[in-house]
Amino acid sequence: MNRTLTDRLILALVVAFAFVWMMPMLWVLTLSLKPNEELVRSTNGIIPWPRTLEHFATLLRVSLTPRWLLNSVVVAVGMTASTLLLSSLAGYAFARIDFPGRRAVFLLVMAGLMVPEQAILVPLHAMFADWELHNTYFSLIAPRLAGPMGVFLMTQFFKAVPRELEEAAELDNAGRFKIFWSVMLPLSRPALTTLGIFTFLFAWNDFLWPVVTATQPEMYTLSVGLGSLQGNFAMSEGLGFLMASAVFASAPMLILYVVFQRYIVQGIAITGGK
Amino acid sequence: MSVQAPSVTPAPVPDASARSGGLARHRNAVAGYAFLAPFLLFYGVFLLYPFALGLWMSLHDWEIVGDFREYIGFMNYVELWDDPYFWEALKRTLQFAAMTAPAATLLGLVLALALQKPLRIYAALRAVFFASNIFSVTVVTLVWAMVLNPDRGLIANGLRAVGLQPIAFLADKDWAMPALMVTSLWWTAGLPMALFLAGLQQIPPEVYEAARLDKASRWAVLRHITLPALARTTLLVVVLQTVMHLQVFGQPLLMTRGGPANSTRPLVQLIYETSFRDWRSGYASAISTVLFVLMFGVALLQFRLSRQEGE
Repeated sequence: MNRTLTDRLILALVVAFAFVWMMPMLWVLTLSLKPNEELVRSTNGIIPWPRTLEHFATLLRVSLTPRWLLNSVVVAVGMTASTLLLSSLAGYAFARIDFPGRRAVFLLVMAGLMVPEQAILVPLHAMFADWELHNTYFSLIAPRLAGPMGVFLMTQFFKAVPRELEEAAELDNAGRFKIFWSVMLPLSRPALTTLGIFTFLFAWNDFLWPVVTATQPEMYTLSVGLGSLQGNFAMSEGLGFLMASAVFASAPMLILYVVFQRYIVQGIAITGGK
Repeated sequence: MSVQAPSVTPAPVPDASARSGGLARHRNAVAGYAFLAPFLLFYGVFLLYPFALGLWMSLHDWEIVGDFREYIGFMNYVELWDDPYFWEALKRTLQFAAMTAPAATLLGLVLALALQKPLRIYAALRAVFFASNIFSVTVVTLVWAMVLNPDRGLIANGLRAVGLQPIAFLADKDWAMPALMVTSLWWTAGLPMALFLAGLQQIPPEVYEAARLDKASRWAVLRHITLPALARTTLLVVVLQTVMHLQVFGQPLLMTRGGPANSTRPLVQLIYETSFRDWRSGYASAISTVLFVLMFGVALLQFRLSRQEGE
């Protein structure tokens, strides 16, 4: 059998498999566009006909979904901006400043990579309960800023930046912070983009901590809200609405994925998905 | 959680200013900790402190609401030892990880091998398989609960079309766990694929060139060149996947609620329910500690294995 023929066979198989892979999403998209009367009769078919946007209209008009969308945006933007700032500051210190105890502090911080979120879930809940800070944007964001992954990435990145670039600025007698801000940060656009997109994705899809800290429906993120709909909705009544919610919650991520695919794959591959 | 990261430490930086005496050293110390302070604050308050607090809580009878806290030593751990729910959840967790991690690794490897060419059609297919990774667990479970639904689900429709009886996958003791595994595989297999693709790119093209000149068969190249070169990547993928799937939570919580008959409740769900439904935070902390030790053990194993291999 010659090579190109084998290649074609493999390709055909993978294309078929890819179609099966996409089926669940395509089907859910179809259901979200079908009118309720049609859904009662049948959930068959991939091309929706007749189609309607009524479920999406309901979603925006009568449900809490717009509020959840707002919460998700605030949490994701807040977490991303803060992570970028904290990680690049700390990464710069570890990579470029020779301060006493650096090695020990670095090891202490990296040890945090070994602590899974589940191990601190219960005590974190107790802390926020003591402070009476559950159901706030602060509680949704702050615990996620303690993860050392961003610091690790930025440290690695800053170490790879040639020293000459900084030394020129040092000769001008520029202060540490000025060098960091106006020389190093502009240089680290690619690293910051990868880390930023990855953090945004993580924040958007975060579930375990948000479901614990956000107990009032007004403070749900989209991810938690969707989970609560699954629990409360009888599968038959609001099927189109439920499917529209799933489509609505994943649409922003899909758009982000189409635009920034390279960075997302890179970020998830580097960090091992966490 | 990355498991190889801690082995990387910053090399000592020969800092020009450090040589110029005590004042510069002092300035460096101030600058270093000033840059670190914001992160260390969050790290201390929201990671180190709760970690220690969790260990402390596991030695108490500690109610989530109210002030009831009583020191009971290792009683929580003793109770764990005799708790059939704990053993059942531990068994289910290990079962889930031991099945899903190798399956995801294998699927990722096969996809990476089939899709490694730089042509556009392959890039598009890679994008398709990776895409399911970007959905949140609630989207994934909502979609799959519907796909698996016995009355109007995608699979039930298909089974009926060919004259078979639909199956209530999520309500059936024998089907529920495999159904959760397939769901998780669909959700996460893009990650191993991406890691294997990165591994494949690191194999020098000259090696393949030599094999081509020798007219080695496709199978021989795969067996004697490609797969051995991917050994390190495979180890990394298996460990990452194992650690990840030991943490399974959303899928059973949202799709089966741990049922039917407790056949799909993993440790994290047990922690969640023990603390936030039964209000027994001390006991839940003890279960968390066990989970931590379990994950730590897997990471340690990987560290040792990769060391041995490096020698």
